[in-house]
Amino acid sequence: MVSKSDTMKPTHQPDLSSKPPLPFSFKSFKLKTKQQELLIRVSILCLVYILAFITRLFSVLRYESMIHEFDPYFNYRTTLYLTEKGFYEFWNWFDSESWYPLGRIIGGTLYPGLMVTAALIYWILLFLRFTVHIREVCVLTAPFFASNTTIVAYLFGKEVWDTGAGLVAAALIAICPGYISRSVAGSYDNEGVAIFALLLTFYLFVKAVNTGSLAWALGSAFGYFYMVSAWGGYVFIINLIPLYVLVLLVVGRYSMRLYVAYNCMYIVGMLLAMQIRFVGFQHVQSGEHMAAMGVFFLIQVFYFLAWVKHLLNDTKLFQALLRIGVTSAVGVGAIALGLGTASGYISPWTGRFYSLLDPTYAKDHIPIIASVSEHQPTAWSSFMFDFHILLFLFPAGLYFCFKRLSDATIFIVMYGLTSMYFAGVMVRLILVATPAVCLISAIAVSATIKNLTQIIRGKTGQTVSAKGTSTAKGSSKQQASVDQSIPFLKNGATILLFGAFYLLSRYAIHCTWVTSEAYSSPSIVLAARGAHGQRVIFDDYREAYFWLRQNTPSDAKIMSWWDYGYQITAMGNRTVIVDNNTWNNTHIATVGRAMSSYEDEAYEIMRSLDVDYVLVVFGGVTGYSSDDINKFLWMVRIGGGVFPVIKEPDYLVNGEYRVDKGAAPKMLNCLMYKLCYYRFGELTTEYGKPPGYDRARGVEIGNKDVKLEYLEEAFTTSNWIVRIYKVKPPTNRW
Amino acid sequence: MEVFLTRSRLTLILSLIVFLSLCFLSSSALSSSSSTTDLKILTAERRIDLSSHIIRVVLTLKVQNDGASTASNVLLAFPPAQAKHLALIHAAEVAGKKRKKTLHPLDVMTSNNADLPNGAKLYSVALRNPLSAGGSVTIEVSYVLTQSLEPFPVEISQSEPQLVLYRDSALILSPYEIKQQTTVIRTPSTKVESFTRVEPSTQTRTELKYGPYEDQPSFSHTPIVVHFENNNPFAVVEELVREIEISHWGNLQVTEHYTLVHNGARHKGGFSRVEYQSRPTYSGVASFKHLLVKLPPRVHSVYYRDNIGNISTSHLRTGYSKSELEIEPRYPLLGGWKATFVIGYGLPLQDVLFESNDGKRYLNFSFGCPIAETLVVLPEGSKNPSAVASRMLLAPSNHT
Repeated sequence: MVSKSDTMKPTHQPDLSSKPPLPFSFKSFKLKTKQQELLIRVSILCLVYILAFITRLFSVLRYESMIHEFDPYFNYRTTLYLTEKGFYEFWNWFDSESWYPLGRIIGGTLYPGLMVTAALIYWILLFLRFTVHIREVCVLTAPFFASNTTIVAYLFGKEVWDTGAGLVAAALIAICPGYISRSVAGSYDNEGVAIFALLLTFYLFVKAVNTGSLAWALGSAFGYFYMVSAWGGYVFIINLIPLYVLVLLVVGRYSMRLYVAYNCMYIVGMLLAMQIRFVGFQHVQSGEHMAAMGVFFLIQVFYFLAWVKHLLNDTKLFQALLRIGVTSAVGVGAIALGLGTASGYISPWTGRFYSLLDPTYAKDHIPIIASVSEHQPTAWSSFMFDFHILLFLFPAGLYFCFKRLSDATIFIVMYGLTSMYFAGVMVRLILVATPAVCLISAIAVSATIKNLTQIIRGKTGQTVSAKGTSTAKGSSKQQASVDQSIPFLKNGATILLFGAFYLLSRYAIHCTWVTSEAYSSPSIVLAARGAHGQRVIFDDYREAYFWLRQNTPSDAKIMSWWDYGYQITAMGNRTVIVDNNTWNNTHIATVGRAMSSYEDEAYEIMRSLDVDYVLVVFGGVTGYSSDDINKFLWMVRIGGGVFPVIKEPDYLVNGEYRVDKGAAPKMLNCLMYKLCYYRFGELTTEYGKPPGYDRARGVEIGNKDVKLEYLEEAFTTSNWIVRIYKVKPPTNRW
Repeated sequence: MEVFLTRSRLTLILSLIVFLSLCFLSSSALSSSSSTTDLKILTAERRIDLSSHIIRVVLTLKVQNDGASTASNVLLAFPPAQAKHLALIHAAEVAGKKRKKTLHPLDVMTSNNADLPNGAKLYSVALRNPLSAGGSVTIEVSYVLTQSLEPFPVEISQSEPQLVLYRDSALILSPYEIKQQTTVIRTPSTKVESFTRVEPSTQTRTELKYGPYEDQPSFSHTPIVVHFENNNPFAVVEELVREIEISHWGNLQVTEHYTLVHNGARHKGGFSRVEYQSRPTYSGVASFKHLLVKLPPRVHSVYYRDNIGNISTSHLRTGYSKSELEIEPRYPLLGGWKATFVIGYGLPLQDVLFESNDGKRYLNFSFGCPIAETLVVLPEGSKNPSAVASRMLLAPSNHT
């Protein structure tokens, strides 16, 4: 409800900025129009700032102040380490609790921006004598940065269009589900701060291009540094900005302002980015960053040519020089690139990068990327779900941008179009597109409403001023030449205005609904509705992790599918074989192979990995569908990708994946099947169904008589969601 | 805010009072322990209740003074193993008979006599009126022993019941000669595997009766072992850290960190959920999952959580005289399994903090462990509160 009224506010702004009769009796209280406008603007921004924060607190109210999902648990664990041991220890941290027996160099393989940010906030709060727990800081980091993002969105909108658009953009982005999905309280992930950093960098860069100021460009470089420290998505910035510069060069918008902005941002940004150990020399050596370097050299050529042109004063000669100069520059660049790639100095594009450009690439070549649900191509429904009305305001906004083309609008258009493409490739990149979509939609909303209110006001009173503004603005909506002759113009405008308000209010309602229903679940604790409508909580994950923490030897090694690795180390405090940092495909494939082998073969693999416990997630009792049986084909694929003994067709029957009587024999006897369904055949899960009825897949299982030879059930949670098995020690030979 | 730390002994709340009185009166006990041998016990009856994991013993002694001088205290002897696990001891003088029986509480204190056979420990009961020569008095001593039941077999699987051993003496250990004595042991069920026979000894349903034995000299000891089934939860709080934070905003915040362990027979082999779910009477009988925490009335903001977040299985019932928090650990505790958790609650400060006329403020807060099944006494006492900003510091001073 709050969100609704708040989003409406910006749209009121234009007519409030005229002089409404003030109720104040004191003359001194009477503000000038400008001051009123400022007051309203600031108060709207404050409300939006607060709104952006509180709308993300659903999860805290519904559940508790806890860390969500998978990756945030790693971030939380590292932040805890950072606050306990200090930065130096953190930076040099070798973690032996994950990727057993390899371990992981944490300091060198993570983006520290998020942890350092949270730790700084924590230390500042401690300094101010607020004794909070670091967990609370981590939980609220994302909402806090979402609030900051709204301010940046306002500034950006103001820079690109006008203050009205800025306010609308701030309001839209505050509640946009596409952004909320990654920034609710508890979702302590890199993206939470990275979107802020991304938008800040873009805003500062556009500001630098608009002003040609070295200071803004420097600011942009620092924004970029923060982004690099926070998220791998910085590659988007370092490719979009050169692309933008290239487009400006091609369309002949080269200027000294652009030259200053880009050079400063690129050079300083690059030097700063190389300070992050995980990036390091990649920034000058890897293929993904070459575009930026190429454009950097190209802009020097442009500068040089401009200088030559200035010296020559002869167009014909200059044309010839230009041709030779550009050709040779491109040639030299191409040769350098070719040599660099051939000699291995420039590393080729990574698989992740390829999979962004070509959506089908990952499916064929890198199953481990394709297996992640958030890496799937986006469905239309999720676009609609995440953007709602913005989806069709976006083209309208593009139209307005093209109507008033400037360096800034070109940037926002390019940002919008490229990010929309990437959003279509991967679900999780909707997040990157969200700020652009909000900004462009804000331009559409703001421009439309401004035009409509001008028509209404022009008709009521000052015709002269209305005429003046309509000619000045080009009256994109109404065609200035006919505005006097159209009948019911004022009524029509009023209706349209109400229509716009209606749409915006629908948007607010939709956003609130989506936030509360879809994006506020921590996914560690599952909630369902019971038979009598009461809320049932499945806290099985934590039950199992805490059991591991309390009742297993402290050096026990846990094998599970990599999804649960971070959670096991963070909550169970035990060593895992693989985790969500999927840096070693072979190691994951080994686990995949163990899971999809027969028990005796798997036992050999597990012995070689020193596995003490095996953890599987099983939803057959509760009907929880994202369990290991449903993920199992990915284990087979990833395992088979490295070990050709594992063949996917062995687990399928006529290309169909099933677990009932008709399932493939290998499927019925592989380790994963056995561990999930061990003694499940004795259990009646649903009234009127035979025992061993799997509720997640809606079938009666095929192998009810599962016998385990090398493992024994160590623990099963109350709803059977997590099952833990102990690997028996080898039997004596005599 | 301050932290209290105690190690594992299970004892009763009130032993604090006992302890404090011990400290003050021990000197007087020493001086008057000269005429021990002149006393004689006419009849002694001991009732040992083994029906839970805590052993409760009621000892009724009829003491007669055969000496010439008056006796002001009666000594009780405990074998060292029992003395170590003695959590609580009360004594009372019985006046009147049967219906009109009244009890007058007596002071009990340790009596350090070094030269006792086999390291037995003496406790001294101070009588209300010194016993004149030839006079007799009946006193009733009740005491509680903890962690004295020894699981045997040490490891059991999920489907097995928990069997424990109880070791004691058939004859009551006493520094005096006992004319006639009986011992009755109550077991939780009729399932008694074995018990040492010291004739005359009989078993009737859940009761084992040793005696009557006549004319036993002082410090006589006949070891017995009772092996029986006891499926009570052997819940032990291994460690309890409590923080009490007094805020000048009118709130007292209590945070208690528990390390709970099932101290019975260790669990062996796997844990089968399907067995545990479908056959609760046979499977994991010695395990437990519910605990009841008694909290003061008017508690607010009660929480029950552990390192990784809130534990959703708890219920709070508040009433005028007490509040009850029913908690369930995240998983059932089988033998040897551990669980750590934190219980926190706030109390209105006016309930526990009082101001005296001289301007000093006193905190009156019960330090007993609020879990009904596990009884813990905390180290007690507080220094002169040193006020630091808004808080008062309470420091632990002694152990029980």
